[in-house]
Amino acid sequence: MNEAVYAVAGIPVISGLLLALIPGYRITAIGNVIASGLTFMASLTFLAMPPIVENYVILDSLNTFFIVLNTLVGFTTSAFSASYIGHEIKTGHLTPLFVRFYHALFQGMMASMNIALLANNIGVMWVGLELATLMTVIMVGIYRTPNALEAAWKYFILGIVGISLAFFGTILVYLAGQSVLGEGLPAMTWSRLLSSAPQLDAGLLNLAFIFLLVGYGTKVGLAPLHAWLPDAHAEGPTPISAVLSGLLLNVALFALLRFKMLMAAHPGALKPGPIMIAIGLLSLIFAAFMLYRRRDIKRLFAYSSIEHMGLITFAFGMGGPLANFAGLLHMVMHSLTKSAIFFAVGHVAQAKGTQRLADIRGLSVSHPALAAGLALGVVAISGLPPFGAFMSEFLILTTTFAREPLLALAAAFGLLVAFGALLLRLQGVLFGTPAGADHKVNASSLPLIVHLTLVLAAGLYLPAALIAWFQRAAELLG
Amino acid sequence: MASQIQSFMAQGAQMFLVLAVAPAAAGITRKVKARLTRRQGPPVIQVYRDLLKLIRKDSVLAGNASWFFRSAPYVIFALTWVATALVPTFASGLMFNWAADVVALVALIGAARVLLALAAMDVGTSFGGIGSSREMMIASLAEPATLLVVLTTALTAGTTRLPEVAQFLISQPLEIRVSFALAFVALSMVALAENARIPVDNPATHLELTMVHEAMVLEYSGRHLAMIEAAAHLKLVLYISLIICLFLPFGMAPLEGEPIVWMIGLGAYLAKVCFSAVALGVWEVSIAKMRVFRVSEFLGSAFVFSFLAILLAFLSREVLR
Amino acid sequence: MTHGYDVAHFLAGTMLVASFTLLYQDRIFAVLNTFAAQAMALALAVAWQGYVQHHPDLFITAAMAFGLKGIVIPLALNRMVVRLGIHRDVDQAVNVAMAMFLGLGLTSLALLLVLKVTPGAASFTREGLALALAIILLGFLMMITRRNAVTQIVGFMSIENGLILAATGARGMPLVVEVSVAFSVLIALFVFAVFVFRIRERFDSVDIESLDRVRGERR
Repeated sequence: MNEAVYAVAGIPVISGLLLALIPGYRITAIGNVIASGLTFMASLTFLAMPPIVENYVILDSLNTFFIVLNTLVGFTTSAFSASYIGHEIKTGHLTPLFVRFYHALFQGMMASMNIALLANNIGVMWVGLELATLMTVIMVGIYRTPNALEAAWKYFILGIVGISLAFFGTILVYLAGQSVLGEGLPAMTWSRLLSSAPQLDAGLLNLAFIFLLVGYGTKVGLAPLHAWLPDAHAEGPTPISAVLSGLLLNVALFALLRFKMLMAAHPGALKPGPIMIAIGLLSLIFAAFMLYRRRDIKRLFAYSSIEHMGLITFAFGMGGPLANFAGLLHMVMHSLTKSAIFFAVGHVAQAKGTQRLADIRGLSVSHPALAAGLALGVVAISGLPPFGAFMSEFLILTTTFAREPLLALAAAFGLLVAFGALLLRLQGVLFGTPAGADHKVNASSLPLIVHLTLVLAAGLYLPAALIAWFQRAAELLG
Repeated sequence: MASQIQSFMAQGAQMFLVLAVAPAAAGITRKVKARLTRRQGPPVIQVYRDLLKLIRKDSVLAGNASWFFRSAPYVIFALTWVATALVPTFASGLMFNWAADVVALVALIGAARVLLALAAMDVGTSFGGIGSSREMMIASLAEPATLLVVLTTALTAGTTRLPEVAQFLISQPLEIRVSFALAFVALSMVALAENARIPVDNPATHLELTMVHEAMVLEYSGRHLAMIEAAAHLKLVLYISLIICLFLPFGMAPLEGEPIVWMIGLGAYLAKVCFSAVALGVWEVSIAKMRVFRVSEFLGSAFVFSFLAILLAFLSREVLR
Repeated sequence: MTHGYDVAHFLAGTMLVASFTLLYQDRIFAVLNTFAAQAMALALAVAWQGYVQHHPDLFITAAMAFGLKGIVIPLALNRMVVRLGIHRDVDQAVNVAMAMFLGLGLTSLALLLVLKVTPGAASFTREGLALALAIILLGFLMMITRRNAVTQIVGFMSIENGLILAATGARGMPLVVEVSVAFSVLIALFVFAVFVFRIRERFDSVDIESLDRVRGERR
């Protein structure tokens, strides 16, 4: 195995263990940032490396960029978290002991997500996702208030349900592969399963996909299995909300995509398209309507995450090179934008001391820079030009319209409803006379700026290499 | 020809055998219970003496008792005797093999039960009504379980005729069958419920509110009561014979057996009945009676066991196809 | 081989009966004991498969199932229950009869589904998978119909038992995954323990219903 692969997987593991042992939150916060930065730099080398296909590790056009994105968002989130945590300790939300575990768990979670992304073995992929889930569960409940406990418990139960179903699906896929590839490791290696996909048993694959869809779909937050998502986002610390929305949902969807590729390669198996379209549309429209009644700012953006994951699933369900391209692009854009929004929201919540929308007013007067950041973030996520999300949403809608006009209408309807809700809420937050508390916040705005700049740049100009990479991946997805 | 005479003799012998053995089984159970609770207990013969005493006594009837009330005991006795006589005990080469279908047996027992329940309500006393309603509740839960057990064995043996099931099981090598184990447990639970044994009903109680079977026969006396008591004893032997035939049929004489083999079968059968009676006594002493509303849970779990038994039998049959 | 099949069928059937018993029980200590019994049946089933398939890795899995789930986890949960002072009965959200019927329905569904989908596989695989899916679904049912945190833990553990049975049925699944499954079960238990203590700390009871007071959807 390559040194870079070792680094990307190993650095977070080692630093997680180290961080658990070091006392003093300032040191662990800085250590967290450094470790994430190192992992990010190690993953940048992947961009220049040729593809790797080994027994346990795979590095192809699909996951290379996602690993880079993963480590990037992890790095910026750790930077944000370092400045955010200080305030939490001052207000007494977190004790120093728990902060230590928080940082260790953060690294552990990054490690497991990287492992899941790099894995060529479907069992290892499952293990990575399960470990990441368990760690985020602990982190969601780290405030130990009754609400946090309920949110973490709900997340845990639903997560376990999803994980178990996904494992059963994995066993079924192994069974299907076993009759063709023989017992043991080969039948669990995804690349070999893909190459012999047409010979696999269709019935087993169908049943497996159902289980995998429900199992991993729970982790992606698709309705009707989304119940854990709003609470987990609202009650956990804001960096965790950013990580959940920006990273974990993507990794879960990525796992689902791997299996979708298997199904697509088998001509006689169930067509995963219609199911994914249905679930995606359901999530999109449901979440869009739910946006109107939210009274908590983090819950609002959690539902927005559900909506966007629904849209992405819809795009992958439509299939074909253009829709897949648009879906991949939107995954990236959503990841960057949503985490940026959560950075801003975290600041806002700290400045105002509350998460209730009714108590956050007049930000443009009291905290103009913060207001600008939040406004730009909402504009970006709503799919307005010139930000990157506009491109991806536009592409999805146009390709769908060309093939199934009614579905495009439904998707556009959902997007419009969501847009209206977000704008309404944003208006309430930004304008009006300032009300409520006004704490001093010395958190860093740099991560927010970095993300938004990237999204803006992507909206204006996508490098040709990137386009080529997305296209290759889109073709693989079928 | 010879085999026809043989089967006729076997059938006739069986008819009188079960009639003779039935009171003894009840007597053994009673004696074992008494001994285990450090009493002497009545001798096993006492049951026969009680029956004879009852037959000789006058029957006292209520003023408003109808012909139904008077004739029910005889019909009940007849139905139960026929059912018990059909179950192969020591030999399977019986003349009425073609009628010894388990589903038919269940129907016979069901008919007897219905008659008893109706007769209990005939006189209009409240205790009769209590007994009848409780008995029907127990029956409505126990019969599905019985039928599922029957179906489990039928699925494996390929027929519902008892002698053939017994012979099929004898011919198979000894092996672990989890579906049969579950069916055995289920049928035992049902047998306890149907025969009004602890934990469902206490046969020795004199508190009317705890009675099920006894409440139904409160109004009977004399020869009528003797018929009903005999029918109850026969029912116990019926269920014991059924369990033995379906699950432990070793030693039974085969379809084309000679009289010599019958002796072995007879010995095996009597030993098994004795053992079951003793086991029943031990069981009744060790368990407390359940409250009536928990009987439905008890029988519900019997139903679940029998359902599981048939699911597992189906599964293994499909998988080993 | 029929002999080998019979023993396997017997042990898997015992696990299924244990799952039903878990649905039926309403006292916490009885639930823990039944779970321990199911774990032991699992250990025996896996060990038997290791012997029949000539796969020594499976003995390790069997030992882990026996040690962890048969002994350590029930003991730990026992201690937790005693320390938390939960000695009373477990509340059922759905009554026992309905739960049993649902369980029977789910079992039939699982058996029919797996039998239909795997026409060509080996006999133990088909059966192990069918019974494992039934055990998994029954574990879910248990998690849904119970209101107590500890019994939800046991429900989850029985789901994992079913998963290990399924993984054993699929011959040759690499040890890596099985070890990880066991490891993650340990982590999950740890998380559970943390939560149960926290929940107890905050609410003075382990009743999930009291958590429902804080419903997020209405906000």
